[in-house]
Amino acid sequence: MVEIAALLVGLLFGVGLTVSDMVNPERVIGFFDLAGSWDPTLAFVMGGALTATFIGYRLVLKRPAPLLDTQFHLPTAKVIDARLIGGAVLFGIGWGVGGICPGPGVTSLASGRIEPLVFVIALAAGTLGAKIWLGRKS
Amino acid sequence: MSVAAAIAGLAGGLLIGAAAVLLMWSLGRIAGICGILGSALTLKFDRDWRWRALFLAGLVAGGWLAAAGGLNDWRALTYPAGIVGTAIAGLLVGVGTTIGSGCTSGHGVCGLSRLSGRSLMATLAFMASALVTVFIVRHLL
Repeated sequence: MVEIAALLVGLLFGVGLTVSDMVNPERVIGFFDLAGSWDPTLAFVMGGALTATFIGYRLVLKRPAPLLDTQFHLPTAKVIDARLIGGAVLFGIGWGVGGICPGPGVTSLASGRIEPLVFVIALAAGTLGAKIWLGRKS
Repeated sequence: MSVAAAIAGLAGGLLIGAAAVLLMWSLGRIAGICGILGSALTLKFDRDWRWRALFLAGLVAGGWLAAAGGLNDWRALTYPAGIVGTAIAGLLVGVGTTIGSGCTSGHGVCGLSRLSGRSLMATLAFMASALVTVFIVRHLL
């Protein structure tokens, strides 16, 4: 059940990213190009997603536990430090250069095009490199 | 941007949000793609690895299904950075999201809707840095 739920939820997420055209780097970069021909689509996507999660999370998190696990797994860190901000800034540079963030990168592997494949391989390498650098075990 | 693009964006955003809610309802997990990918890459083939791998497979399947249903056209995707630029971007996104513990979905959608102060600061930081980066790449270089 856990596996089927994960597959179906991932599928829905992938449909959403594709329908909204967030898989298209030109459209994402267009959102950040205020000095060029600005494309506000990303704001509509974030607005739609946040509306659903803002309401849905409140309903779901009232429950004692999720359907298929004994507890909710929520982040507990509270500290806003240089690591959080520095990492986010680096991510933003990469997002601005390529116009691809992890979700659309993985989803657009379905296109069979070379760019998403290159992106995801580099993404995996960067992720593993940073994990090793941070000395993380998990 | 056309009205059609705005409607598609809103509809796609609602689907993304609904998927995040369903993941919390069923598995009790945050739908942060970089976190799920990062944990899947550890290749410890346990129960937690399996759901993450299947979620990622679902993303690809969802993309395929939506395009097969005529909801997008893969030939229309445009990669302004080219192959080398896209590779550099991928490295930066991997390093940045790992150090900063989240990406657009984890901080920008899930974290913000939980009113997390960390996610708010991270989202402002990556949005601002993407804005500056695009300005430099498109208008100064």
